[in-house]
Amino acid sequence: MTNLQAKQARKSGAVHGGIGHNDAGDGFSDLHPAYSTLQAMAESNRCLYCYDAPCVTACPTSIDIPSFIRKISTANPDGAAKTILSANIMGGTCARACPTEVLCEQACVRNVAEDTAVEIGSLQRFAVDHLMAREDLPHPFKRAAETGKNIAVIGAGPAGLSCAHRAAMLGHNVTVFEAKAKPGGLNEYGLAAYKMTNDFAQREVEFLLGIGGIRIEYNKALGKDISIAALQDSYDAVFVGVGLGSTNNLGLKGEEFPGVDDAIKFIEQLRQTEPKSDMPVGNNVIVIGGGNTAIDAAVQAKRLGAEEVTLVYRRGAENMSATEFEQDLAKTNGVVVRYWAKPVAIKANGKLMGMSFEKTELDASGKLVGTGETFDVPADQILKAIGQKIKTDDLAGMEITGGKIVVDETYQTTAPGVFAGGDCIKSGEDLTVQSVEDGKQAAIAIDAFLKSA
Amino acid sequence: MADLSCKIAGIDSLNPFWLASAPPTDKKYNVVRAFEAGWGGVVWKTLGIDPPVINVSSRYGAHHDQNRRLLGINNIELISDRPLAVNLQEIRECRVEYPDHVIIGSMMAPIEEKIWKDLAQQIAESGVHGLELNLGCPHGMCERGMGSAIGQVPEMVEQVTRWVKEAVDIPVFTKLTPNITNILWSAEAAYKGGADAVSLINTVNSIISVDIDNMVPEPVVDGKGTHGGYCGSAVKPIALNMVAEIARTPETQNLEISGIGGITTWKDAVEFMALGSNAVQVCTAAMIYGFRVVDDLIDGMSQWMDDKGYTSVDQFTRAAVPQVADWNELNMNYDTKAVINPDNCIECGRCHIACEDTSHQAITMTNKPEGGRVFEVVDEECVGCNLCYHICPVPDCITMEPVKTDKPPMTWPEHPLNPMSHAAE
Repeated sequence: MTNLQAKQARKSGAVHGGIGHNDAGDGFSDLHPAYSTLQAMAESNRCLYCYDAPCVTACPTSIDIPSFIRKISTANPDGAAKTILSANIMGGTCARACPTEVLCEQACVRNVAEDTAVEIGSLQRFAVDHLMAREDLPHPFKRAAETGKNIAVIGAGPAGLSCAHRAAMLGHNVTVFEAKAKPGGLNEYGLAAYKMTNDFAQREVEFLLGIGGIRIEYNKALGKDISIAALQDSYDAVFVGVGLGSTNNLGLKGEEFPGVDDAIKFIEQLRQTEPKSDMPVGNNVIVIGGGNTAIDAAVQAKRLGAEEVTLVYRRGAENMSATEFEQDLAKTNGVVVRYWAKPVAIKANGKLMGMSFEKTELDASGKLVGTGETFDVPADQILKAIGQKIKTDDLAGMEITGGKIVVDETYQTTAPGVFAGGDCIKSGEDLTVQSVEDGKQAAIAIDAFLKSA
Repeated sequence: MADLSCKIAGIDSLNPFWLASAPPTDKKYNVVRAFEAGWGGVVWKTLGIDPPVINVSSRYGAHHDQNRRLLGINNIELISDRPLAVNLQEIRECRVEYPDHVIIGSMMAPIEEKIWKDLAQQIAESGVHGLELNLGCPHGMCERGMGSAIGQVPEMVEQVTRWVKEAVDIPVFTKLTPNITNILWSAEAAYKGGADAVSLINTVNSIISVDIDNMVPEPVVDGKGTHGGYCGSAVKPIALNMVAEIARTPETQNLEISGIGGITTWKDAVEFMALGSNAVQVCTAAMIYGFRVVDDLIDGMSQWMDDKGYTSVDQFTRAAVPQVADWNELNMNYDTKAVINPDNCIECGRCHIACEDTSHQAITMTNKPEGGRVFEVVDEECVGCNLCYHICPVPDCITMEPVKTDKPPMTWPEHPLNPMSHAAE
């Protein structure tokens, strides 16, 4: 890290201000500050309480959104939270991290006439936070009678914990094996810091474990400390929620050079660094990629104090998988976005100097090709956000296609009694909310599997 | 701009908008502010004989919608708690300083001739344009034999009205309580007693809410609550019916009417006047938003009159009365069907579920192949009830279209299925 300067995290001002929020000015304060009761009342009353609502259909976990919003409007936020959590036990994280602008809020009928959706995410957060702050209340869900069945869950991320919670609710005993020292998976290590303030990921796990019947063993990595075959022997069923443990490479010379990192490693390190001012960041940072991870890395680098952050994407804005909101977030945070360029060389001279890019375009057949024209961008830090992939080494016995574990409609892999969900399977988008749904549905499927066995 | 001046009970007013007898007209300070804001007149807060009453704390309960908008207020405040002489002096001053504005003196007393007559004369001497007899308050004063305790007995209504008419030579408004079985009985009594006009409605007897933490009706006075008088936009429909009944019934139709009850917008005022009010009184809207609401009342009514080609308020006063009918006079061969305009539909599904669960299963919901839903009316099932039309959040998305028919109008008394129509033959 000799060529990286640790910088004082610059105060950059919150993107969204609001009455009653005292944390504006901290670059890692809430991106969307929590609603006050007044805000929740006003916004909940914008909901039309649609029947068979489009927002519910758009939610991967099918939260009964009109019902929970109505409960907020009738001064029943804890009831609202139970409605949310019964469909999505990580409703708190999803309220913060979901790209609602392409999910529930995109489907809101208020868009049709007014072009302004009900802020479902903020309302959801209001309700869940309200319930989680109620230390006088017991965990809102009760376990069914003990079945005596034992389930092993690999990975304490959103999919694994969602599966564990639902399985525990159904009366099974669950042991979760987590490779890292803390639970939460990408909620803890992968989401942008300004989306998950105040250690929310850990508080949510603690809340979720309140159901009982779940034990987590930390620092137990698949392939090193545990194996699927051994778990199959000692448990009645196994759930694999390992996510995507590996990243794609640029395939360029010098990729191992100090200062060239995976964006998700950068975010992980940032999430675990307190205070944030201790986090090292470059002066000139290049981020490669067009997804939300690329935006997260670029915005956080800027907020840490990098002078220039250049996000380079090989296609146009409309092709980015990052949502429009996220793309705007990058721009309002001063990130320079360059479209239609691909990296061709890492430039170093004893230390990292920058990158060369070739401009790109679509040829007559619609294929992405280089134009031959190149340009250089100076950099002392390069963050790669060009996709993750599954670590296949430890998944012997399971069919893997297209970089994802193959599952049937009951989330069962080709290995008998082994189920999988989350980013390691191909369900919907690689989103927290999809992982929670996978885990929940897999637990229900495992329950049926165990009953029929 | 249309001429809003009007005349009621022989009194000329700059416009039909008066503040009703209530806290907003309690003293000169408020009344001056009201006149400056544009109100045509005020009915001074009800005066009684000395010693003045003593009021409690708190005094108001509220009926909110979920967005904390006030739909109605209930109050347990009594009449003026200031000495009579102070009130009369301030009335005199206001009459001198605002000679073009109307001041009506509201009064209340126990059922005793001398007290009514003496008090009426004292107030009349202050220079008021007229007197309003408060026979309506349903809380507190009625427990002392005043207010609704008098207003609920038609004979007493007639008696008190007659006493005051005998005592003074200025116009007398008898203010009626809605807390009765038939408004016509007390209206007719006022008419027989010689009232120049009736004012209605006074507040509706009510318990507005309960403090469910402490199990006390609200407003709470040291651990207890009592029923009070309900007002605000929520009572408007009750008032409109009573006004219309008086205006269309032969025995009472010659009474002039000062319409009161939840008037909040200029359109509310037009409705009251169309159903028989010669002028209107407003209280709650001013209590919620301040006297400035009169600006919208004046401007909105003028604009509407200009749009409709009315040049004076007389031209639409009572204009809807001939169309107020008994149910038995309605045409049973008239039919309407809901029509949903798909271009305006935002696909909320509210019309479907309301009709499906609570009406006639006449609106289908079908998924479109390209995503989204389409809502369609099943004409054979639709009875034209209007429910979907009212609950649709989008104005003009659902319309009610009359069905063409060759059948002549037919009322229920004429209907072949009416057993009474045969019995009468």
